[in-house]
Amino acid sequence: MSAEVKPVDTLDLRGVLCPMNFVKTKLKLESMQKGEVLEVILDSGEPIQNVPKSIKEEGHKIIDVKKEEDHFRLLVEKGE
Amino acid sequence: MDRFIEDKTTRVEVSLDGETKKLDFGELKTGGFIKQRQRDLFTVRLRCPGGRVPTDKLIEISKIAHKYSKKGVIHLSFRQSIEILYVDYKDFPELVKELEAIGWKVASCGPRVRVPTACGGCEYNPNGLTDTQALAKMVDEKFFGTPTHHKFKISFSGCPIDCARTREMDLGFQGVVEPEWEEPPCTGCTICAEACKEGAIESDPDTGKPIYYPDKCIYCGDCIRACPTGAWRAKRYGHLVRIGGKHGRWPMEAVEVALFVPDEKVPEVIEKTIEWYMANGMRGERIGKTLERVGVEKYLEFMKDVFGDNVLEAKEAACQQK
Ligand code: HEM
Ligand code: HEM
Ligand code: SF4
Ligand code: SF4
Ligand code: SF4
Repeated sequence: MSAEVKPVDTLDLRGVLCPMNFVKTKLKLESMQKGEVLEVILDSGEPIQNVPKSIKEEGHKIIDVKKEEDHFRLLVEKGE
Repeated sequence: MDRFIEDKTTRVEVSLDGETKKLDFGELKTGGFIKQRQRDLFTVRLRCPGGRVPTDKLIEISKIAHKYSKKGVIHLSFRQSIEILYVDYKDFPELVKELEAIGWKVASCGPRVRVPTACGGCEYNPNGLTDTQALAKMVDEKFFGTPTHHKFKISFSGCPIDCARTREMDLGFQGVVEPEWEEPPCTGCTICAEACKEGAIESDPDTGKPIYYPDKCIYCGDCIRACPTGAWRAKRYGHLVRIGGKHGRWPMEAVEVALFVPDEKVPEVIEKTIEWYMANGMRGERIGKTLERVGVEKYLEFMKDVFGDNVLEAKEAACQQK
């Protein structure tokens, strides 16, 4: 399923620290329509420990996750 | 101790409106009046369970503090209460009357159950697993001021980060959640292994799916919150119960005695623990010392029916006390 989903945009948050990485994700998602998908690239360690749960808490859905070397590539579907 | 006005005397002569009256501290039924080094001046410690104060009350408290503090200052105590500093003891009756009028109370001192402390907990802290604020309120209503052999401090932390430092309390309740994994929704994304800071989850090298090591798990729930698919879920919530901690000059670390104790058992745990302490402790002895002297296993034996399956092994508990 995830292979066919086309993200409308990509945020490369490698090197961006908590909580700015989440704030940037949140601001981007706010500019999008419900159901649209954003690709987010996060470092492992703190960013991947924190950002996905915050995304979930705000009512968005993580529909795909790929691990690549020392970072993760997430597809986030905007919720309400 | 002679600074402790409620123990020194219960009646003090006070001149009020030109008349001499007896000020009866016994009648005030509180001990939250603490002598300062300055002559005639006291600190009045207010009762703020869990450190929570509604803003409308705070405005009224501010007015009262502003009126009665000779220096116009309050202090936020280490146990989350508001202390009005530099209060002249002759103003006590008026001050107490004004506090009563807004429905606010003074804290306790001495050998009894103190105002419970609590972190934000699950009401608004993202890590919170238990409703610490509601529990602190309940304890304050039910147990505040209960006489004990020495001070008895209770606190509630919402999760294993333990901001309310349950390890240093006579009796502490720390929120825990037991994670449970179900294969079907799991996509093998490995986020849970990254999210677990305790090394309790490893990713299977082939599938990416989690391998769980319960021995390392501290029941924080980070895996549950991080998992995008809901494959990790909460099996049950409860409290890790710690007993016998204190700080001060000679800190003692509390012993862990029970795990996953549900909210509704908390009052019974407190009640029976105080009962055991009153039967086994000595005047002036903190419960941690009583446990050392009498033995944790004796306490656990007494608590058998309360803790039930939630009890932690006496051997384990004793080892942790070192
Ligand atoms: C001169 C003697 C005293 C000293 C040096 C002293 C020192 C302290 C210290 C260092 C703490 C902080 C511990 C904590 O954060 O839990 C504390 C807390 C406390 N003490 Fe004292 N104390 C004295 C007398 C008293 C008296 C006479 C009372 C009762 C009337 C009292 C009641 C309390 C209470 C209720 C707390 C908890 C504080 C809170 O609610 O924030 N203390 N004391
Ligand atoms: C009648 C009043 C009080 C009595 C009889 C009393 C008695 C004691 C005793 C016997 C200890 C144990 C000493 C030790 O472990 O070395 C102790 C510890 C302590 N007391 Fe008091 N105390 C009184 C009031 C207070 C007050 C008003 C405060 C703070 C404002 C206070 C703060 C402390 C603190 C911080 C400790 C260190 C123990 C701990 O919190 O873990 N005490 N007190
Ligand atoms: S103990 Fe946990 S729930 Fe409580 S304030 Fe700290 S992090 Fe939040
Ligand atoms: S509850 Fe906490 S310690 Fe236990 S496996 Fe999950 S993240 Fe790790
Ligand atoms: S985070 Fe959830 S979906 Fe991802 S590997 Fe762990 S259990 Fe599976």
